[in-house]
Amino acid sequence: MSLAKDLTNGIFRENPIFKLALGMCPFLAVTTSVENALGMGAAATFVLICSNFLVSLLRNLIPSKVRIPCYIVIIATFVTLVDMVMNAYLPELHRSLGIFIPLIVVNCIILGRAEGFANRHPVLNSVADAVGMGIGFTLAMVILATFRELLGSGTWLNMNVLGRNYANQPLLIAILAPGAFILLGFILGVFNILEKRRGGAK
Amino acid sequence: MTGSNLILTLTMAAPGGSGTGFDVGRMMAIIIAAIFVNNYVLSRFLGICPFLGVSKQLDSAVGMGAAVIFVMTLATLGSWTVYNLLLVPMGLTYLRTIAFILIIASLVQLVEMILQKFSPVLYQALGIFLPLITTNCAILGVAVLNIDEKYSLGYSLVNAVAAGIGFTLALVLMAGLRQRLELADVPPALRGKPIAFLVAGIMSIAFLGFAGLGG
Repeated sequence: MSLAKDLTNGIFRENPIFKLALGMCPFLAVTTSVENALGMGAAATFVLICSNFLVSLLRNLIPSKVRIPCYIVIIATFVTLVDMVMNAYLPELHRSLGIFIPLIVVNCIILGRAEGFANRHPVLNSVADAVGMGIGFTLAMVILATFRELLGSGTWLNMNVLGRNYANQPLLIAILAPGAFILLGFILGVFNILEKRRGGAK
Repeated sequence: MTGSNLILTLTMAAPGGSGTGFDVGRMMAIIIAAIFVNNYVLSRFLGICPFLGVSKQLDSAVGMGAAVIFVMTLATLGSWTVYNLLLVPMGLTYLRTIAFILIIASLVQLVEMILQKFSPVLYQALGIFLPLITTNCAILGVAVLNIDEKYSLGYSLVNAVAAGIGFTLALVLMAGLRQRLELADVPPALRGKPIAFLVAGIMSIAFLGFAGLGG
């Protein structure tokens, strides 16, 4: 498999959110604004790349019986790193992402890619896969966050888009918990329709 | 740390915590908050994967819920003790995430082995759900939140049990709804996952009604 194919795989064909439905918890929780979504995406992508790199490098050294605990320790190390760096340099973002930074450890995407891909592929391909998956995850979060921020506060990346009148009386529910579930439901529905059309055209 | 000092730490507040002693009013507030107001699934978004994955059948939902309550309580006991009696005195609090995930993973393994040995009936009921629990973010979430909120051990355990009950409540309600949904006439594009999210959203609106309860 070529590097480019590994890279684009995570963005479209096996998008972790829309296709594999992995990593739902941070996805729903931090998409209240585009800024949070980008921050979470960057953090998760960093951890994903580092853990895929290391797992792939060590894939012949780690005995297969204890591989899952080993992966978890590797992932937790990088998560701790992100947690501390973010706390030091981006304290505001760190506060708004809150508990979901340590929870990157149990994000199924990362463990899933370590077990499902990096475990069996050379270093370069694993890193390409991690970059693709990270971009796919971030992209999905930005899509949902765009809808939620636009509807819920009338802004996009803190820029006022829908005018002051809307911002004074926004559709608040989009930012609250139910909005995440309902909007994601509709987005997945639209994806289903698009997929069916594309399948029909072939 | 002397014996009496240790017991004091365990029963009173966490080091640096705000709580003094055990207050029934505060306990009730924690319980109501964890089950209804800040339901771990529907308003904190923790444990979504099992919430969607195991909510197709009512009995497996109940089994998963019981397993989560059980492991959550044990994990809180383990993580609180290790954090406050080991990591804080040694100045290693930055190892929190690594320590907690290892505690949870080994705890799940241990529980699985013990159940298999001593209670095959319970193992039959909960066994298949246990491996899934390691990656249930609600467990790690409760452990981390208890530390962030500086709860004492008593409050932490109360919070863990209540969070587990809240998770089970959401899971069982969802399972009931999805069983009815099987017979409903859903538009083709929304079948499967999309309709599950829409239903979860409507349930979440219902739980918003509890906001303001128990302050």
